[in-house]
Amino acid sequence: MTYEQLLQEIAINDQQYVVMTAENRALVRNLPKVLGDRFIDTGITEQTMMGAAAGLALRGRKPIVHALAAFLTMRAFEFTRTSIGIPHFPVKMSSFIPGFLSDGNGPTHQAVEDIAIMRGIPGMEVFAPADEDDLVKMLPAIWETENPSYVRINTTANQYKHSIFELGKAEIISEGKDATILTYGFMFENSYQAMLSLREAGFDVGLVNVRSLHPFDVEMLKALVGKTQLIVAIEDHFLTGGLFSIVAEQLVTNHWSVPVKAIALDARWFRPGRLLDVIEFEGFDVANLVTRISTLIQENQ
Amino acid sequence: MNTEKRIKLESFALQVRERIVPLATEGGCFLGASLSAVDILTYLYNSFLKIDGEHLSDESRDYLFLSKGHDVPALYGVFVELGWLAPERLKNHLSVDDHIYWHPNRHIPGVEFHAGSLGQLPAVAIGVALEIRIRKGNNRVVCILGDGELNEGSCWEAFLVAHAKQLSNLIFVVDRNHFQANMATEELIPLEPLHDKCRAFGLHTYRINGHDFDQLDETFSQLESNQGPSIIICDTIRGKGLPSIEARADRWFCNFNSQEIGELMDELHQIKQADITSQTIVAR
Repeated sequence: MTYEQLLQEIAINDQQYVVMTAENRALVRNLPKVLGDRFIDTGITEQTMMGAAAGLALRGRKPIVHALAAFLTMRAFEFTRTSIGIPHFPVKMSSFIPGFLSDGNGPTHQAVEDIAIMRGIPGMEVFAPADEDDLVKMLPAIWETENPSYVRINTTANQYKHSIFELGKAEIISEGKDATILTYGFMFENSYQAMLSLREAGFDVGLVNVRSLHPFDVEMLKALVGKTQLIVAIEDHFLTGGLFSIVAEQLVTNHWSVPVKAIALDARWFRPGRLLDVIEFEGFDVANLVTRISTLIQENQ
Repeated sequence: MNTEKRIKLESFALQVRERIVPLATEGGCFLGASLSAVDILTYLYNSFLKIDGEHLSDESRDYLFLSKGHDVPALYGVFVELGWLAPERLKNHLSVDDHIYWHPNRHIPGVEFHAGSLGQLPAVAIGVALEIRIRKGNNRVVCILGDGELNEGSCWEAFLVAHAKQLSNLIFVVDRNHFQANMATEELIPLEPLHDKCRAFGLHTYRINGHDFDQLDETFSQLESNQGPSIIICDTIRGKGLPSIEARADRWFCNFNSQEIGELMDELHQIKQADITSQTIVAR
């Protein structure tokens, strides 16, 4: 099932859903004719779209809104924070091309601070599916709630079959004594392949698909304390405010002690280009991840 | 409008002003901005909007969004006079134990949306108008903007979208009191020719005296046949009703002492002109 098929099915069955877009139709091309008045394209107006979403929610609708991640989060931020966050309306944000997925667009389009920004709004839920399979397993539960949410849309086709999603819960792929990789979204696949390679090379490495950044699965983290010697947070996001920060906040808050290292973008945008070239250039391809993680494990021992 | 109705509205507006003036002390309020909007709000709530005070959340009601949120004392004054808000609650102005502060919020029955950040509510009003269209409802949506607020690009973005979506049930109203926070609009970010600008954005555009109930009535009565959104530019006077502070750049946010409030109340009742010596605090 694709994103669009899922959205169509849910919106047809439940009149409370309204599909909105700021002229970003890539994944909702077939919906106008199916939804009629419940499909609203406001044009290239992320601010007006988010404000209008609040107005629709005020009248009892649940808008699912679409725009490019950078503009949905940053151009419209105050509208989201003020018109949706303050009244806690169930507006469901679907952001396209987050993180590395903006490939050749350049820094204007790079949403590599979106997790930090969105989790800064009280009550906003933040999710990042690993691929299309994960996406369609996660979205029904996310859309069902009365909370505002932000989802990094990721329709990558991977082989991995994910487990059933439970709101606020991570997916534990494997456990590891030497290190446990925590990752989310598009970085899942390369992290998964790196984990397999590292295990073949004799390292006992685990992997967690975090899925839900906010609320964060604190129980999952607690279970790692004393069981793994190192946590490696891998994310196509700035070092500030993303998964590495979330893990650090939780460890400090709970007085838990585990060394944590980050493989993230340290206060800089990434070099734009073809997706695979970008990932390799930035050191997030499988071979680079294997080297970086094995080095971190050896330094930690 | 017949004379009797006009006199009734004028008397209502005076009572609203009597509610507002005492709020301009012990912390103060946006007095000038509130007084310019009184007649518009008085007209709308008494003669235009279909809102049942007993059923403020009835989904077939008309909506009023006060995007120019700092004039909320005028809205509360109207609510008190309509019997929607207990007059004693105005004594809680700026008390942390109540929700009567410098900007509107939905804790107060009758307030449709919180405001304060200029340029936010035109989009919210569009969303409500769109939702009403989905339900094939007849509710009308009025969104009140300040003229200074029109500096915000989001207002113009919303005008484009309102026109594109042909929202005939959506009415923007500009309280054109010719001042923004600290100075005359035309000295900082000129808006004129405002009528031409609004018309060029595809809005049915009207320009009237916002203190003249006959003009308000005549204009609002003819909106029903419009295809697409309308905008009524209401020329008003900042501080209207208090000649000693009218049309002054430095009488936007006001925090006077109790003696001055007494003098202003006398001035409101045309007993004698107030002699205000307090420096006005320009809050922004």
